[in-house]
Order: sequence, then structure tokens, then C-alpha cells
Amino acid sequence: MLELERVTKIVGSQTHIHETDLAFETGTLNVLLGPTLSGKTSLMRLMAGLDRPTSGTVRFDGKDVTGLPVQKRSVAMVYQQFINYPAMTVYENIASPLRLAGADKATLDREVREAAELMRLTPFLDRTPLTLSGGQQQRTALARALIKKASLVLLDEPLVNLDYKLREELRAELPRIFSESGAIFVYATTEPSEALLLGGNTATLSEGRVTQYGPTVDVFRRPRDLLTARTFADPPLNTIDVVKRGDRFRIDEAVDLPVPERLRSAADGSYTVAFQPNHLALAPQTPEAVGLKAKVSVTEITGSETYVHLDFADVRWVMLAPGIHVLEIGETVEVYVDPRHTMLFASDGEAVRPGERLAA
Amino acid sequence: MDKTVNQKAWFMLIPVLVLVGFSAVIPLMTVVNYSVQDTFGQNVFFWAGTAWFEQILHSPRFWSALGRNLIFSGLILAIEVPLGIFVALNMPKRGIGVPFCLVFMALPLLVPWNVVGTIWQIFGRSDIGLLGWAVDAIGIDYNYVSDPVDAWITLIVMDVWHWTSLVVLLCYAALVSIPDAFYQAARIDGASRWSVFRYIQLPKIQHVLLIAVLLRFMDSFMIYTEPFVVTGGGPGNSTTVLSIDLVKMALGQFDLGPAAAMSLIYFLIILALSWVFYTVMTNHEARQ
Amino acid sequence: MARIDLDHIRHTYTASPKSEADYALKEVDHSWHDGGAYALLGPSGCGKTTLLNIISGLVTASEGRILFDGKDVTRLSPQERNIAQVFQFPVIYDTMTVFDNLAFPLRNRTMPEADVKRRVDEILAMIDLGDRAHRKARGLTADQKQKISLGRGLVRSDVAAILFDEPLTVIDPHMKWMLRTQLKQLHRQFGHTMVYVTHDQTEALTFADTVVVMYDGEIVQIGTPEELFARPKHTFVGYFIGSPGMNVVPVTLDGGTAHVDGEAIALPAPPRERPQAKTELGVRPEFVRLTRDGMPFSIDTVEDLGRHRIVRGHLGAHAIAAVVPENETIPAEPRVTFDPAGINLYADSWRMELEG
Repeated sequence: MLELERVTKIVGSQTHIHETDLAFETGTLNVLLGPTLSGKTSLMRLMAGLDRPTSGTVRFDGKDVTGLPVQKRSVAMVYQQFINYPAMTVYENIASPLRLAGADKATLDREVREAAELMRLTPFLDRTPLTLSGGQQQRTALARALIKKASLVLLDEPLVNLDYKLREELRAELPRIFSESGAIFVYATTEPSEALLLGGNTATLSEGRVTQYGPTVDVFRRPRDLLTARTFADPPLNTIDVVKRGDRFRIDEAVDLPVPERLRSAADGSYTVAFQPNHLALAPQTPEAVGLKAKVSVTEITGSETYVHLDFADVRWVMLAPGIHVLEIGETVEVYVDPRHTMLFASDGEAVRPGERLAA
Repeated sequence: MDKTVNQKAWFMLIPVLVLVGFSAVIPLMTVVNYSVQDTFGQNVFFWAGTAWFEQILHSPRFWSALGRNLIFSGLILAIEVPLGIFVALNMPKRGIGVPFCLVFMALPLLVPWNVVGTIWQIFGRSDIGLLGWAVDAIGIDYNYVSDPVDAWITLIVMDVWHWTSLVVLLCYAALVSIPDAFYQAARIDGASRWSVFRYIQLPKIQHVLLIAVLLRFMDSFMIYTEPFVVTGGGPGNSTTVLSIDLVKMALGQFDLGPAAAMSLIYFLIILALSWVFYTVMTNHEARQ
Repeated sequence: MARIDLDHIRHTYTASPKSEADYALKEVDHSWHDGGAYALLGPSGCGKTTLLNIISGLVTASEGRILFDGKDVTRLSPQERNIAQVFQFPVIYDTMTVFDNLAFPLRNRTMPEADVKRRVDEILAMIDLGDRAHRKARGLTADQKQKISLGRGLVRSDVAAILFDEPLTVIDPHMKWMLRTQLKQLHRQFGHTMVYVTHDQTEALTFADTVVVMYDGEIVQIGTPEELFARPKHTFVGYFIGSPGMNVVPVTLDGGTAHVDGEAIALPAPPRERPQAKTELGVRPEFVRLTRDGMPFSIDTVEDLGRHRIVRGHLGAHAIAAVVPENETIPAEPRVTFDPAGINLYADSWRMELEG
């Protein structure tokens, strides 16, 4: 188990990581999700021992490893760039951590071939990395990280430099590979969809703070605050500021909405209502749904679905509608917010879920 | 970034410290020692205080030698830097021409100083040297032994021939690292050749240019071998730079005290000028 | 703004090509209409960037001609073709201010300074860098730099075409959405011919009216996003577009019925021709239904992506993926059926026309 206890990282006058507590169980996959410069890489460097935290403690399996340099820890790392030894064959690349550890020839050969098989590199063992495709190069780097049998494997946006389809394929294989290894995996990404595909647990990061940590789908469905919800939304989250009075959400003088049943018991006051693009539709999802008039700004067709960008009051919304919809720009359409999935946030950003205990 | 620290690494520095101690610190201390004492031989020394320093700083001979040094460094920088950039810009970026050009450029750098001097000493002679003979033949009266201007021209041409390659190679290395997309974008933006140089190439080579200027300045300021071999500091004292003067004083006249004081002053001037150069150029960069 | 005709273009990077395989770009012969938004979509090495560079003039095609509005520009430089191009990685002039970066292409063409100012201010507002206009471009973040590159591509209003080479690679997901819709709005507003190279299907499909799918130096299909989704001409298109890609199962045909491992699948119509070749059935995960009755199906994994789940499993020996919407439940002992509307048939990987 990897534990960060009140860890901070301050460089000069800049705080890279605000006080953070995190605990990753052995054998789990943990995603660090956040935009560029949100602190994902800084946090990983602290976990690896590449940097020393300004304050706080890093523990591994209960043992304090705070000042221990990376060479003395059991850590493997995979980067965005495909980092391999260009002059060695794929076989030698994969074998290199074992050679350093002084493994005997038979074990080494067996393990290299196993790792190669797992990463589908068997046909390329005799080639050098630069003659391979990007996907194969990154598989080689992954195989090298796995064969080390490190207790902590850190992956810093490992798929970002790969083609879309290759990314999709490797991404689908990764959870299986991870589950077979038994190490703690930490995977940094900027893409919410990648976090969802990988599953496991997710920690959302924003400006050097971990805003929430928990099972990935939980964090996605039940974000603790607006910041987490925004971080974990692609396309961007739709929001609207409202004032709750009894069973109505007032948007402005002219427009108000009924408060969905499950949110009725929240106190009156100012809130932010938020919902995902697929919870906005051109037809009512339930009898409770109420139509709002919005102006079409852009439509994007993906083949099976249509993203409709809408201007409502002074905010921009995105609707993800199944099927192909050809809508005129500037046209006013009636759209419906799915009352089953609306999220409510207090003015300080905290999620409001009456009758439900918030996930810690 | 404060990395995780392992203090034991300091022990690795011991061999270097010992080496630097023997090769630099101890000799330098000896010079300091000489510079404040007087001796009449037989290892008998008398305290002289700052007398030698005052003597050197008040001697017109020192100031005129220093002036020659500054003029020399200024001239060769003014020629070698633009010329080096120009040559680097015109070298091929890819193809079979590249290794050919690189070897051709590196050749002068491989020739030892005194050999360069000897080559040019012979090359410039009007009786047996090709250059001297050719220049004479087209009707120009050229003789570096008797004419101070000709002597200077010879030294400068020789230094340019010897060292421009260094500027070329440094700039070339920086130029080839510029991604093609920059040139393509500039073509599409309709940039002129000058704009491409001013806004893409120059910003990318300015770091190495700083290093090149520093290296060339320090090196040329300490020039000794070439004037020693070619002109011996003459005609008259017209090419007697500080280092030549220093040797004359120390070995020719055996004035150890003044020579030591002079070499310290010389050392401090180089240090100070390099520092000024460095700060001015890095500040300029920081402001951008 | 211009119509672009690609007249029997071929390109090779080798000096003396011996076979078709030596061509990085196999024959392209198409006409792209004025004011269209095109995307060139394909995996790396498929020749899409080569084709883009041939259009921009950075590469001269080994064979064929390229015409802008009927005028042969094959031998003209990018500058003479009057195009704008945005590259994958930010290209900015470090020592200039943000404003001067954007003004550069205009000043090079000696536009009066008042017009330069007006135009650059418009672009600055659009890329949301107005407050940094007079700062040096050097200290900016990668996505700000890329916004400058985009801005420089858009600043000239009189260009024949604007070309984009994977311009959003270095941009964060949220910013991607914003910039993409802005590009789309600009396209509507000014009607430039735009060509957009990408390996990301979402970018290609959402940006373009017409998507050109390339594979191994060849164009495999040109169509609207809808056509590429519903009627992929080649199994590669089915695989490459859609996430996950189309399920492809080898079948034997018997009139209006396809057989797979002894199971019969009703086709929307029998194929027009009787193929001798390898026949396959393609159905997108969106058209795979998990029901109580149908063909036997074993589930391997379920991935919850929030708005839908991807169910991966097997029909006999064949891997099948299905997409199940958020509000639908997966039956306890599911069987599988294919929605006939989503069924396509392939002979040697190329789509067969069905009767009727």
C-alpha cells in the first residue's frame, strides 16, 4: 500500500501540490485525472521518490520512504515519450531490468518471453525499437516496466502520443495486464473518457489539489463538488445558476424549472445546477422533464450522434443527441434536462444530495 | 527541485579537487607570492608590497599592449562572428555535402597554434610564400616584417582562418536543430529571407552564439603563439600584445616581480571582461 | 477561397519507384468544392500528411496536377498559392509579441497598419489572448502557443484554403471542444475551404462536412460522417470509425440469410451479386442488442463509460462488442441479435450492395 500523508510540494514561491492525503491499495489501478499543469506529474514524482516532498510523509507498506531515493525503491515508470534503448533489440530492452538485477539466464529468457507474449511483441523480439510503430515501441517500454516486477508502476500519459485507434486497443488491454501483475498502478491522464475506460479508482486533480478520490464510476456519477464534476466531464459540463424557492428553480425573471423530487428537501437559496451533455435532449426523457428554449450555435455530427452547442441565457451548453439532427444555426429549439440526472451544487461548490450521505 | 539527497556523492569530487589544486591553485599562489616580493636571485626574497602593481599600472608599455589586445579581440570578433553565422547559414542541412563540409570546417581547428603560425609565416613571405608573392605580384607592397599594418592584417587573417570554423560549427549545430515546421510556417506566412533569419534562426542560435563569443574573446585575448611565431611582436612593438610582453619581461629580462604582478592584472582583466560579457548577454536574454 | 482539383496525383519519396508499394500516396483524383470543410482521416503513415503538404505546396507531387479554381498551381510555392497552414506543434516567433506574431503574415504582405490592427484584434478576441497581446510569446504555455499558431492560420481573410495538420494534439480536452466549435463557426462565417488532417475520428467527424478516410496511401472512402458510420465501404472504415469499431464476423450467405456458426441472421435484403470471395458481416456495436432471445452470447467484460456501457463478449468463437445506453439494463442471461438496419455485408473487405 502506498500512502501519502499531508504531502506538499512547494518550489520557490509556487505551490505545485497542496496538502494531499492519498492511499492506494496493493493490486489496484489508480487514475490521476486533471488538465495539464494540475499537478499529476508532480504527484507522481513524489510517489516515485524522484522529488522529495516539502512536507509530509510517503509510506510504502507502512514503511516511511519519504527521503529514500528512487534507485532504492521498487518503482517502474512509463512516460509519454517512447523511451527505449535505441541500439538494443526489443528482447534486450525488455530484459534490461532483469540483467541489472542479475537474474540467471533461464529465468530471464522465460520472463522476457512471457512479457513479450502479454504485450504481443513476440514477433518483434529481434528488431530494434526505432524500426517499430509507436504502439509497439510503447508496448516495449510497458513490457520493460512490467518485467521489473516493481511494487509501484507509474504511467504518465503513456498513450497520448499514439494514434487514436492504437490508443483504444492498448487501453482495452491495460486493465487485464494490470490485474495480472498485482502491483500498484498509477496512471495519469487528461482525458475523462480514458479514466472511465480504465476503471479502477480515480483521483481528480485541479491546480495542485486532489479534489476527490474513489472508484472511477462513483467519482464520475457522484462528484463531491463542482470542480470535480467539471474536471471529470468531456464534453464540458453544462451548468446554470439558479435560485431555489420551494419546488421551483428560478433561472431569471421569465424562466423557472420544477425541482426534481429527490432534490426538493434542499434549503432555499442560490445553487448551480449541472448535468452531462447526454442528459440534455430534444424530447422529454420523463414526464417530469420541462422544456427550455435555447439557441443553436453549432452542430457537430459524429456519424451516429449529434453534438448540439446551445446558447441558453448567457451560458453555453452542449447536448449530445442520439441520431443525426440537422438544425439551423440561430434556430431556437426546445431542450429537456433529464431530472433523474441533474446535479446540484451549493454556492461554495459543494455537491448537495439531500437524503444521501456524501462519499468521504 | 530538491531531489532526494545522498551526501556521499561529494567524495567523488576528490580526484578533481586534487588535480585542480596542483594544476591551477598552487601555481596561481606562487605567482601571487612573486608579485608582492622582490628578489635578486639565490632564493632571497624581500617584501615589496604593491610596488610592482603600481609600476605596471603606471607604465605606458603595459597600456599600449593592453590596447593592442583589445583592438585585436574586437576586430576578430567583428569578423569571425558575422562570417561564421553567414557560412553556417549557407551550409547544406542534409545530403552528402554535410559530412564533407563538416570535415572541411573542422580541419583548421585541428592544426596546433605554432604550426598555424609557421604556415602563415611562410605563406606570407614575399620570396618563398605563395600569398606574399601573389600579393606582391598584383602590385601591392606587402611585407609583414617591416610594415605594422601588414603585420596586423596577417595576424587577423590568420586568426580568422583558424577560428571562424568554431563559430560556424556551433551555429550550424543550433541551426540544424530547428524543426522544418518553422521554415514551412515562415514560407506560408510570406516571410522574407531576412525575417526568417531575424525571427527564427537568430533567436535559436543566440545561446550558442553567446558561448562562441565568450570562447573567442577569451582565447583571442590570451593570444601568444601566433604573433610570437610570425612577427615576434614586431615590427617595433606594433604586435606586442600583453602575453608577449609578459614573456619578454619574465624570461627575457627576468623581472619576476613585475611579471607576476602583470600576469595577475592580466588574469583579472580577462576574468572581469568575461564576466561583463556574460552578464550583459544573459541579461539581454532574460529581458526577452 | 477556391475549389481544389487533384488531377491524378501520385507521390513517392523514392527516386525511382519500382512498384505501387513505393508510393506514399497512391493515385488521388478528386475535386473538392469551394468553401467545403474536409477532413483527412487515417492512422499514421497512411499518406494524409503527404496529401496535405501536396495541397499546400510544401511537397511537389511526383505525378499529376493540382488546380486551384482551375488554375494549375502544381509548381507554385506555398506563398504563391496563397494558403494558410497550421502545424501539429506550435510554431511561434519567440522574440515577437503575441500581437506581432499574428500580424506577421499580414505585414509581410504589406497590409496597411490600421487594417492589420483591426484584423489582429478580431483574432485575439477569438483565441482569447487579448490580455496578453503585448507580451512576448516565449513564456506562454503549449496550448496558448498553439492558439497563436491557429490564429496566424486564420488571420488572412483572402486565402485560397486553410490547412490544418493535427492542430489540436497538444490541447487539453476542454479547450479542444472550444477551439473546434470556433473553427466550425469561422468556417460558416467566412466560408474558407478548410482541410483538416487528423487520426482522431471525433475531430474529423465533428469538424468536416466530408471525411476522406485514408489507409496505406489510398483513399478508401469519401463521405459524410453519417455515410461513414452507417455504410462503411471497407471493413477498415468500419474498424477505424466508431469506438469501439464495427464487429466483423465471417459468414456464409444463403439468399436473404447469413449463417455464422450454425446461427441464422436475417439480412435486410439479399446481396445483388453472389460473391465467390471471403464474405463477412459487419455490424456496429450500436446495432447489437442484448435481449432475452436471439443467438447465444457470453459476456467477457462490461466497461461503464458513464453515458453508456461497452459489453465485450463472444458469439461462438467471434468477439462481439455491444453498446448499451445508460438507462437500459443488461439481461441476466443475455442473448444477442443484430438490428437489420445496421447490417452490412463485405466481400474481400469491400462492401456489397444489397437488393432494393
